[in-house]
Amino acid sequence: MATEATLATPLNVSPRSKGGREVVYRHSVVVRITHWINVLAISLLLMSGLNIFNAHPELYWGKFGANFDPSWLAVGSAHTAAGVPHGLLRLGKFTFDTTGFLGVSKGPHGALLSQGFPAWSTLPSWRDLATARRWHFFLAWIFVANGLVYLLMGLANGHLRRDLAPTRHELSPANIGRSILDHVRLKHPKGEAAKRYNVLQKLAYVIVALVLLPLMVLTGLAMSPGFDAIAPWVLDLFGGRQSARSVHFICANLIVLFVIVHVVEVFLAGVLNEVGSMITGKYALPRDRHA
Amino acid sequence: MMPPRVSRRGLIATGAAGLGGLLLSGCDRLSRAPSFQNFIGRGEGLTMGAQRLLLAGQPLAPEFKPADLSPVFRANGSTLPTSPLYQSLMADGFADYRLVVDGLVGQPLSLSLAQLKAMPTRTQITRHDCVEGWSAIGQWTGAPLARILALARPLASVRYVIFHCADNLGGGPGESGLYYESIDLFDAFHPQTILAWALNGQPLDVSHGAPLRLRVERQLGYKQAKYVMRIELANRMDGLGRGKGGFWEDRGYAWYAGI
Repeated sequence: MATEATLATPLNVSPRSKGGREVVYRHSVVVRITHWINVLAISLLLMSGLNIFNAHPELYWGKFGANFDPSWLAVGSAHTAAGVPHGLLRLGKFTFDTTGFLGVSKGPHGALLSQGFPAWSTLPSWRDLATARRWHFFLAWIFVANGLVYLLMGLANGHLRRDLAPTRHELSPANIGRSILDHVRLKHPKGEAAKRYNVLQKLAYVIVALVLLPLMVLTGLAMSPGFDAIAPWVLDLFGGRQSARSVHFICANLIVLFVIVHVVEVFLAGVLNEVGSMITGKYALPRDRHA
Repeated sequence: MMPPRVSRRGLIATGAAGLGGLLLSGCDRLSRAPSFQNFIGRGEGLTMGAQRLLLAGQPLAPEFKPADLSPVFRANGSTLPTSPLYQSLMADGFADYRLVVDGLVGQPLSLSLAQLKAMPTRTQITRHDCVEGWSAIGQWTGAPLARILALARPLASVRYVIFHCADNLGGGPGESGLYYESIDLFDAFHPQTILAWALNGQPLDVSHGAPLRLRVERQLGYKQAKYVMRIELANRMDGLGRGKGGFWEDRGYAWYAGI
């Protein structure tokens, strides 16, 4: 759940400077530790999750769903008349050739294998549902404990409200429009403005930390037959177990999308300063040319 | 100023990629180490402990309406046991079938299908969740396991109920390869835990486990033992198979399959 956080109030501004740039204390130690635990846990949860998906690479809507029922997503393979294997992804009525990535991909020894996601993306790299589940549920405990520490501390010390909750002014269409334009032009806030997150950044972090990641836990629990007896309302919330499984998969994809954008932005904004600040907490403000 | 910055960036990217690669091959190596498997396996104990705490009031698994039934209930695992004993029972329409209940009991039992059907029955429409990820909804009718256990008068030392099955999925050298499963008394006495002899109002067919299969509704599909021939009450499971309490458990799957 940890994303970048704890922007300094002006009181926290360190008098020291780095290369003439003002240095601020940006990330609290809780945010920094939970962030890196999350990086590890989510990466391995994703990869073990892909191995689990490969056991039945098909997704359905509703309370049930198996081979004879209509699926909205299916990964599979087919052979051409000449016997050449092809990887296929079907989304609704549309089928795409995804040879090399989905359906058919190279295994560890270079031979083509028929499998959903490729070996390099799964944990373990070979097809092993039992081991993947063991990893997945072990990591899930770490992820949940870590997320609870982040959320409870963020509520207690005001980090969520102060640094992540967008203000009414920030949510105005004009401000959001300006921020979109800034992002498209790859223009990053400088000087005083860089002390706070911009509105798109805030929205992205709020959606990931407070919506997508909790949804991963909830949809994960909804797939558990034991948990369904404990809290059947969670099942109803998603419209059944197979719907919950689909939402679990979709949210995982959205989190991957977020991570890609997040990492690209870190590189655009200055990778040493950004990654450094998530390790030491100290962030050198980009110089404001107009100041 | 520019060139060193670019190379530093490149260095970090290469370093991150290298670290990622190292992490992945490291995770594969960890996956092969039995001691590490045992370590992450502790998460399974935590999951079982947490679920059992929340299941203390013995709530029911969700039940569904006839309109929710799967049009086709997928049959998985064994669909036709090949042993001569099973084949001869099947040829007779299971007229000679007997369910044996033994082990740590005051009264060993041998029950015919007619006797099982004469017992109080429970009918429930529940969801079957395969460990692979798919689900099917079916209507099961059978005798509550609690009733059968009460007839057999379990000794006070009993902890597990073990189901010995007729299907053979193949074993290693010196192994029978016969399917078996086990549950503890917490699930054995749950009202939805039944030995089913009918699916969707029809006598249980061979592909779904005829003549008798277990339904333990708050756990995954591999716990739902088909072709049940003998129920053994025991206080330990380490003498059976590879000692993990079930055919798939012996092959790495969790004994508690509530998640």
